[in-house]
Amino acid sequence: MYSRAYKTLVSAPPLIWVALFLLLPYGLMFAHSFWTVQDGVLVHDWNLSNYQKLLTNSLYAEVLFRTMRIAASVMLCSLLLGYPLAYYLSFHSGARKELLYQLVIVPLWVSYLVRGYAWKTILGSEGILNGFLQYFHFTHEPVSFLLYSPFAVVLMLTHIYTPFVFLPIYASLEHIPRPLVEASEDLGASPASTFFRVILPLSMPGLLAGATFAFVLSLGDFLAPLLVGGSSGTMIANIVQTLFGATYDWPLGAAISVSILLITLTLLFLTERLEKRWSFE
Amino acid sequence: MSRSTSTRRAPILAIYATVVFAFIYLPIVVLILYSFNRDGVGGFPPSHLTLDWYRQLFTDGPIWDSVLNSLLVASGAVALSLTVGLLAALALDRASFPGKALFRRLVLLPLILPGIITGLSLLMFVVLSGAQLSLFTVFLGHGTALISVATTELFAGLQKSDRAQEEASLDLGATPWQTFWRITLPNLRLALVAAGLLIFTLSMDEIAVTFFLIGRDNTLPLEIWGRLRRGITPEINAVSTLVFAVSVVLIIVWYRIRMRSVGTEAQQLPERP
Repeated sequence: MYSRAYKTLVSAPPLIWVALFLLLPYGLMFAHSFWTVQDGVLVHDWNLSNYQKLLTNSLYAEVLFRTMRIAASVMLCSLLLGYPLAYYLSFHSGARKELLYQLVIVPLWVSYLVRGYAWKTILGSEGILNGFLQYFHFTHEPVSFLLYSPFAVVLMLTHIYTPFVFLPIYASLEHIPRPLVEASEDLGASPASTFFRVILPLSMPGLLAGATFAFVLSLGDFLAPLLVGGSSGTMIANIVQTLFGATYDWPLGAAISVSILLITLTLLFLTERLEKRWSFE
Repeated sequence: MSRSTSTRRAPILAIYATVVFAFIYLPIVVLILYSFNRDGVGGFPPSHLTLDWYRQLFTDGPIWDSVLNSLLVASGAVALSLTVGLLAALALDRASFPGKALFRRLVLLPLILPGIITGLSLLMFVVLSGAQLSLFTVFLGHGTALISVATTELFAGLQKSDRAQEEASLDLGATPWQTFWRITLPNLRLALVAAGLLIFTLSMDEIAVTFFLIGRDNTLPLEIWGRLRRGITPEINAVSTLVFAVSVVLIIVWYRIRMRSVGTEAQQLPERP
């Protein structure tokens, strides 16, 4: 029903915009990763030396490994907090469902920085938690391992991504036809067996989506390590940020970014495939 | 038939859910509480409650300059991303063109990719084009990254709206242009307002992309970020409290409007950038 002119008119501007301001910049990032810097000057000489450096220098592998460990911990913790919460809301919260749902999604959209800062004031050696512990005589010396550690990064990111993980899980739990659950119960399955054999498998797409978000977004985070991570909590994106700043080696930084990008896209692709396999529609 | 599963009591699960809620909200409550604490951001218990930090905040020039900058950037980002996002949503809904599937994925990429990748890519682009980093580049970055949010939200709105009205309008002799202004756009009114509010909030809070595109003038999050390195006082708690309060109000309004425009499907939210 829409004319050819109409279709062209609505598609051309966004296509051009996205090509110019998204595709081209991402392409530039890709191109940079094959270039090099010599004496502070960018050399447009195509080779794989940056990627070689990443594979041979153990520092990068070490930080990448730590980053993946942190991201995996965040994923696991947010699932452990987010799944039961979603399950409770979807199946047992009764009339308060809508209110509780809003209570979860409000912090989801509220300032990353504000929430990160809150953790910084809580965990510091002169922070609120230490003040609390000493006030009630749990300890006499300030506990100093809390802030500036991988633990603090996991804690802060879990706090930020739990509502994120909650959302897709909740959506998929809400989509489970209730008669299926009732049938399972009427036919004599125990609550545990109903959960593990009916509800959990049917909520798998949401669980996978949530897990992927938490992992992928943690993987590329550089602000949490700067805020609460200290030197022992440095992650791969912090190395990129240093390479683009003080060190001035954009090509190497670009090569790491491209690697993060590839890991991210591979994971998203795999999840999408898995989600399709698990979805019941 | 068993009792409706959504009303059955599950005490252990209820306690667990309460603990999770506490984990989500406790840091924010603590942050707000300490914005009234005379003796600094740490220590326990908070004592000598005072409004001094808010007084100091209201006379703090650089903070209010940065608030103004953020408002400018966010308003621009809303206008830019809604315009491009509306066209993109219409294109995805109604047109077919080569590379459509790729286009859909590309638009959404800034939602899923870590901010550092989008930020640095745009930085390279700005440097290549020879432009100076400024609030304008920040606006460009926010506007472009948030097209993803605008497109998903408006696409949902389009799917919900009644196509028959447009068909009738075209059949009865209105031009496509008239139909767009008199039917399509008014039908999308709520979705546009909702998307605009969300984009505004996200832009006001954005830090990862901004980090790489900022020039001499700071946005509010970058101003706060800068101060975190120079030693912190409850003045930061005070400004964070205000940021939090404003965001909460905007998000609640956004959610209410969205419930009216796309109904229960509002529960399928786009992911946060």
